[in-house]
Amino acid sequence: MSAATHLVGYDDAMAAFDPVFGIEVHVELNTKTKMFCGCENTFGNEPNTQVCPVCLGLPGSMPVTNEKAVESAIRLGLALGCSIRESSRFARKNYFYPDLAKDYQISQYDEPTCYEGELEVVLDDGTVVMIGIERAHMEEDAGKNTHVGGTGGIQGASHSLVDYNRGGVPLVEIVTKPIEGMGERTAEVARAYVATIRDIVRALGISDGRMEQGRLRADVNLSLRAKAAPGEDQSAVPFGKRSETKNVNSLRAVERSIHYEAGRQAALLLAGEPVVQETRHWHEDTSSTTPGRSKEEAEDYRYFPEPDLLPVEPSREWVEQLRASIPEHPAKMRARLREEWGFSDLEMRDAVAADALTLIADTVAAGAAPQAARKWWMGELARTANEQDVELPELAVTPADIAQLQGLVDEGKINDKLARQVLEGVLAGEGSPADVVASRGLEVVSDDSALEAAVDEALAAQPDVLDKIREGKVQAAGAIVGAVMKATRGQADAGRVRAIILARAGVEG
Amino acid sequence: MTDWTRASALEMSAALRAGTVTSVELVQAHLDRIAGVDGAVHAFLHVNTEDALAVAASVDADRAAGVDLPLLAGVPIAIKDILVTKGMPTTAGSKILEGWMPPYDATVTSKIRQARMPILGKTNMDEFAMGSSTEHSAYGPTHNPWDLDRIPGGSGGGSAASLAAWEAPLAIGSDTGGSIRQPAAVTGTVGVKPTYGGVSRYGAIALASSLDQLGPCARTVADTAALHEVMGGHDVMDATSLDQPVPSCLDAARDGATNGLKGVRVGVVKELGGDGYQAGVKQRFEEALDHLRAAGAEIVEVSCPSFVYAMGAYYVILPSEASSNLAKFDSVRFGLRVERDTIEQTMGATRAEGFGDEVKRRLVLGTYALSAGYRDAYYGSAQKVRTLIQRDFVAAFEKADVLVSPTTPTTPFKLGERVDDPVAMYLNDIATIPANLAGIPGMSLPSGVAPEDGLPVGFQILAPAHEDARLYRIGAALEKALVAEWGGSLASMAPELEVTR
Repeated sequence: MSAATHLVGYDDAMAAFDPVFGIEVHVELNTKTKMFCGCENTFGNEPNTQVCPVCLGLPGSMPVTNEKAVESAIRLGLALGCSIRESSRFARKNYFYPDLAKDYQISQYDEPTCYEGELEVVLDDGTVVMIGIERAHMEEDAGKNTHVGGTGGIQGASHSLVDYNRGGVPLVEIVTKPIEGMGERTAEVARAYVATIRDIVRALGISDGRMEQGRLRADVNLSLRAKAAPGEDQSAVPFGKRSETKNVNSLRAVERSIHYEAGRQAALLLAGEPVVQETRHWHEDTSSTTPGRSKEEAEDYRYFPEPDLLPVEPSREWVEQLRASIPEHPAKMRARLREEWGFSDLEMRDAVAADALTLIADTVAAGAAPQAARKWWMGELARTANEQDVELPELAVTPADIAQLQGLVDEGKINDKLARQVLEGVLAGEGSPADVVASRGLEVVSDDSALEAAVDEALAAQPDVLDKIREGKVQAAGAIVGAVMKATRGQADAGRVRAIILARAGVEG
Repeated sequence: MTDWTRASALEMSAALRAGTVTSVELVQAHLDRIAGVDGAVHAFLHVNTEDALAVAASVDADRAAGVDLPLLAGVPIAIKDILVTKGMPTTAGSKILEGWMPPYDATVTSKIRQARMPILGKTNMDEFAMGSSTEHSAYGPTHNPWDLDRIPGGSGGGSAASLAAWEAPLAIGSDTGGSIRQPAAVTGTVGVKPTYGGVSRYGAIALASSLDQLGPCARTVADTAALHEVMGGHDVMDATSLDQPVPSCLDAARDGATNGLKGVRVGVVKELGGDGYQAGVKQRFEEALDHLRAAGAEIVEVSCPSFVYAMGAYYVILPSEASSNLAKFDSVRFGLRVERDTIEQTMGATRAEGFGDEVKRRLVLGTYALSAGYRDAYYGSAQKVRTLIQRDFVAAFEKADVLVSPTTPTTPFKLGERVDDPVAMYLNDIATIPANLAGIPGMSLPSGVAPEDGLPVGFQILAPAHEDARLYRIGAALEKALVAEWGGSLASMAPELEVTR
């Protein structure tokens, strides 16, 4: 048992050591078909129904590269500021494992398609950090093992089941260079980096980036080294031994895994014990890591160029075409939109957190004022989404509908209360806001003669009201307004009704 | 009554069109022949009796109904057991695939079916095509119909022997380092390795992906050409398949046989001859050159100095790729499973029991050659040699339109003679390997029997990549001269096999 059984707190660990980290992010691409065969790339099907001789690795079968996946990978590389190799190759990574149908994974090794990039990451306080990208390469995913019996792990299982539906799903693996000098902001930077990657793949439309479903997975490397003596160059101090925490599947977990690993490693180092270079597993329930299978020596994957595939040789024209289609960096886009829309920091953050930015932008583009668009999406619609337990974009209403709805309010055709009823109709599939107004007869009654008749009728029923108003008790008009609203089923313009009552009393409003 | 098994495929095609024979009669004649001689030859691992007869009957019915049919419709064929065939067992000569029934057809299998050719069965081969004698088949060796005590070549000894024993008029082979051409040479038949990428590899169980190529086997150059045209062409399922029209092989064969070889420069490769080549092999080679000269060709000598490294490079590249290609035989999804306590142990035990010694030898070699610290020295160097060999060919093809050599240094050796001496076995392929390393097409056709042992000798023709048609032009011209000299095909001069029933 180790002497270093107690963790050192994160802040103390960071005060005592200089952290260096790196992150590998795997992004599952949302192409229609798999990386090397025509099987559908869909999620959540019956086991082994999305398979063919190629992704099952049957004898004789051969891979063919999915051009759309190459396009997605190149666009991602460009968004990460990478250079795109004129000729890159796939390689075989050889290892035996039941979920790996061919017992080798087609990946890229010494010639990744995208290499040497740099990504701006903006922290919550606006600090900008540059993260060096070593490479972004294409590969195929493996299948999924399920261990039956025992505790669900391979140890003690009575047998294991393999589902190859995920086998051959296209992945891009993004590898950072070692990230140094972040000190106590290491965990925050790591989280912001992964969040930025997620935002970028969503903006590119190449993956939904859902970490909870494994579409975006992070492996986090961390090592601690001694702090440089005063006057000494920190970068001259050699790196410490690193741990690699696998499958960290939420932004919060990225942050917390660094907290845990920093504390664990600091405790070892302070106790004079070595940190073992190893892979570790992240446990969400306990927010801690445990060692992976111990390896006597580094695994030898016997990489060699995949002879069944031709090199990937994108033409320069194509790459430039793709470059022109790269959306704005999410952080820059946010800063620009915040400025344009006049949102507060808090309003902007809430909109981002609710995944409402695109919806608001589209609503604004369709003619609504930014604050009005924000109020709809972050108010009534956010509540509805919450009630229905769906994401905002999944609601049965489009930004164009919301812009039209707001337009009707602005024109005075409906009031806020009616607008909510109209929205209800739209969500119920009754058509556009204008359709719902027409079919439900919800338009505000602004015809003065109709309103005057309704007012006179109400006044006749409560003849003392006019006298009260003339005596200065103007609030007495409220009873008549209420009666008129009731009589018109809420479709009257309350302000106009009030003005008519005051006119009847012969006083100025 | 005509013995249809002695006819060429094109003769059978013509007779089917003329209505002088039915496909069912052709298939039945070959099934009878297989039943009569294959006990001694063992060319077949599986005989596809019912399906072959059913296809034949459907072709006959369509022909009777006046349906327009492909050239070789109704002509039976044998398929090397390396090609997956839906509903027909496929073993690649290995115990690890015993009983496996593929759920899909190789592209070439589909093409054969689309050409309406009845498939007689699957032919024997060295396990996973590793070998030059079929002695490494898990199901026992094939015997050379010229002398049952001798090897039929390998790995495609089953396909070549089926032709020489009149069990099939056509066969499909695969050639990674000579597995079509060397068996053709030692059985007195014709075999062609097309340009790499000329025939789809989809569904051919991979040995070494960068070297493997499927090709046609027959008893005549024209038959081989006709089958080549059926097999060839671009395939979207094989990324390395050439997006080019199928070469006009039959036209080229007719051209060579009719118009001679005036203006053709034939290069004799200095390094593929001389010491180590049997006297009778050299003699028949020289005589073939005389025939080419007589047909109008100019004979020049060319040198390919890097060929001396070909064998070494080949035995690094092939095992390296094979060690990865054969990893999938892990007991999980198909084939043999030897149950043990853990999956790792099960995989190990399955492979230990399922693979034969030659396969294991090459998997160990390849695993070693690709391992960290050795990869550059072995695999890296071998790839450099490959480039040098390609350059040698480029230079040689500036001086000559085709290159020629004996296909093998010797006539077929005795079964068992070299089985324990891998290097001696490997040397059999010394003249055929360079073509695979360079991806160029090659043909072997009979050039007679060696006077000292009366056994067949093969003549190899090599052409630049994409120039497969040249093989057929030169081959057909030479074949015509030799057959005229012999007074019949070489195959017809083999000793008659004893027919048992």
